Amino acid sequence: MTKANFDLVKEIELLRLVTVGSVDDGKSTLIGRLLIDTKGAFEDQLMAVRKQKGATTVSSAADIDLAMLTDGLSAEREQGITIDVAYRYFATPKRKFIMADCPGHEQYTRNMVTGSSTANAAIILIDARHGVLAQTKRHTHILGLLGIPHLIVAVNKMDLVDYDQATFENIREEMSEYCAKQGIKDLICTPMSALTGDMVTIRGENMDWYEGDTLLETLESLSVLDDLDEKPFRMPVQLVNRPQTADLPDYRGFMGTIASGTVKVGDGITVVPSGLSSTVKEIVTFDGNLEEAFAPQSITLTLNDNIDISRGDMLVHTGEPTTGEKSLTANVCWIGDEPLERRKKYMIKHTTRQVKALVDDVVFKREIHTLEKEDADSLAMNEIGQIRFKLQQPLNCDSYADNRMTGSFIIIDSFTNNTVGAGMIV
Amino acid sequence: MSKHKLTQLKALEAESIHIIREVVAEFRNPVMLYSVGKDSSVLVHLARKAFYPAPLPFPLLHVDTGFKFKEMYEFRDNFCKEIGADLIVRRNEDAIDNGMNPKEFGVARCCGALKTQGLLDALEEGGYDAAFGGARRDEEKSRAKERVFSMRDEFGQWDPKNQRPELWNIYNGRIHDGESVRVFPISNWTEMDIWSYIREENIPIVPLYFAKERPMIERGDMLIPYYEENKDQYLEGEEPTMVMSRFRTLGCSPCTGAVRSDATNMDEIVIEAAASKRSERETRIIDHGSNSMEDKKKEGYF
Repeated sequence: MTKANFDLVKEIELLRLVTVGSVDDGKSTLIGRLLIDTKGAFEDQLMAVRKQKGATTVSSAADIDLAMLTDGLSAEREQGITIDVAYRYFATPKRKFIMADCPGHEQYTRNMVTGSSTANAAIILIDARHGVLAQTKRHTHILGLLGIPHLIVAVNKMDLVDYDQATFENIREEMSEYCAKQGIKDLICTPMSALTGDMVTIRGENMDWYEGDTLLETLESLSVLDDLDEKPFRMPVQLVNRPQTADLPDYRGFMGTIASGTVKVGDGITVVPSGLSSTVKEIVTFDGNLEEAFAPQSITLTLNDNIDISRGDMLVHTGEPTTGEKSLTANVCWIGDEPLERRKKYMIKHTTRQVKALVDDVVFKREIHTLEKEDADSLAMNEIGQIRFKLQQPLNCDSYADNRMTGSFIIIDSFTNNTVGAGMIV
Repeated sequence: MSKHKLTQLKALEAESIHIIREVVAEFRNPVMLYSVGKDSSVLVHLARKAFYPAPLPFPLLHVDTGFKFKEMYEFRDNFCKEIGADLIVRRNEDAIDNGMNPKEFGVARCCGALKTQGLLDALEEGGYDAAFGGARRDEEKSRAKERVFSMRDEFGQWDPKNQRPELWNIYNGRIHDGESVRVFPISNWTEMDIWSYIREENIPIVPLYFAKERPMIERGDMLIPYYEENKDQYLEGEEPTMVMSRFRTLGCSPCTGAVRSDATNMDEIVIEAAASKRSERETRIIDHGSNSMEDKKKEGYF
């Protein structure tokens, strides 16, 4: 890095990434490969997990006990399993990556949902020798449900099938078919060997038949932002800023993160659910007022009229309303120890608003292996289904397909206070 | 393709401000832990941005061990005065009166008494239900598993096997009486991000981060800063020499190593951080046990 590079570094964008698959698929090796090749792990951290204690250098993924690098908790190392999502960071001259590394065991769907909810892209690991497994399909289904914009299927261990093109093509075909059935469009399949590095960060010489990009090239070129700024303006109010100081006795600013869209000074604004309207006076930030702001900036708005607004309200452009009803149907991933049951009451936190909710109906449960719809009265931990809720207060929301920020909510058990469900509004 | 793009630092900034505001909205009595280091400087800067033009709506809490660098105390007092922050300083006076120090009692016991116990006592005394900390997930492998909202029981302890799932940017701030939450708004920042952001935003930091000729004890691979008033803490036969050096992290002076460096300004520090092959925690003596960070966190360390 030189002085001239500072301006380039400033342009670097952020890509949130999730990796799913089991240790057997070579996930640790792939992550280790990416960390080592992009210098995302430091020498002293690598030396601490080298296989041969006497070794004085660590130059390749093969020298390292990679699970030791990724399994950060003593209980994980004791039992040789990954319990929880770990976050990894690496960067190239083009991008910074935040990678949520999710445990692959069947029962850890809850961790997968945690790690995937904010991701722009997912890497699904497949062992070329074993092909598409039931677990692969299950993971892909959940990633599709969570609306991850880009899915990358990494067909790993190609070195163990003699870099055979037909093996890869079969897997690609099966995955494409499966994804098409669910409406997942952006699917990229890449053959690779995490062990040798072929097609991960380098092209290698073994798979000349493959014309696509390496995994790292793909990660560097995927579009980072969906069309968040082209969607209707939504800003859930987090707080009302009333400094009440000598300089600012009557100041009232509405603080929040723009969930979608853009806002300009002078724009007509409507508050939901109250329906009161005004226009934008200023867009306030510590670095000076802005003429225009866009998602996902955190800003403060002042308005030209003194109207009643508090936390939990949402600001929208006048004429671009949300739905606002006292019932809600959503796809739900259940992550609580106690099952969700018909007639039970929970708290729902949607953007900055919390409301009481009653399970009115379990519309269906998704059989986790065949993905068929089944009749049910409850959802156990790690199960997925469609639920209809009755709400104590109306919620102003969009469908998850339209807007990941205003179409999502968490379900809280009001007795234990635990987060027990993830909801995606239909 | 969108025409509105945030650079990665601005995206991280927006995420951190969102988190800080959620805590102020949902908790009764939050406090921001302030260690005087670079991460704390960034955290306080983000908090000021979050509430501008209002002042910070919570106090800063410095859990002091009495062993911090004197440059840190000077910087702390000037900085807090300048930004008008409400600074609370707490120390484990019982342990300090009993002469707790790392050389006689060992680093783990000293940290346990002066930092962990000092912090738990200060949080209990203040009745805080949320405490912001400047920990980052890239620092250390158990921190890589930490949530943004990290639940603590009535004893202030962490249960890593039973963490609340965290979905989208919707944080669950509901707790029972007696429980509290540690909140890490800069979880997703790396050391490189911190330095780049300090450079871009001109954030004031303790001068020890810039390279200068300083008296150092050379112990194995480590450079330990020499202070006359700490001379009981050095080993027999150790004598200081002048070394061009700086600090990548700042903790207690007897237990924080320096690194050899010629980086005297922010541009040079960012360039050095980009080229660095060793992690910053390597200069912290306390991190050198097998599970030490995880164990300390379970006991209540931040």
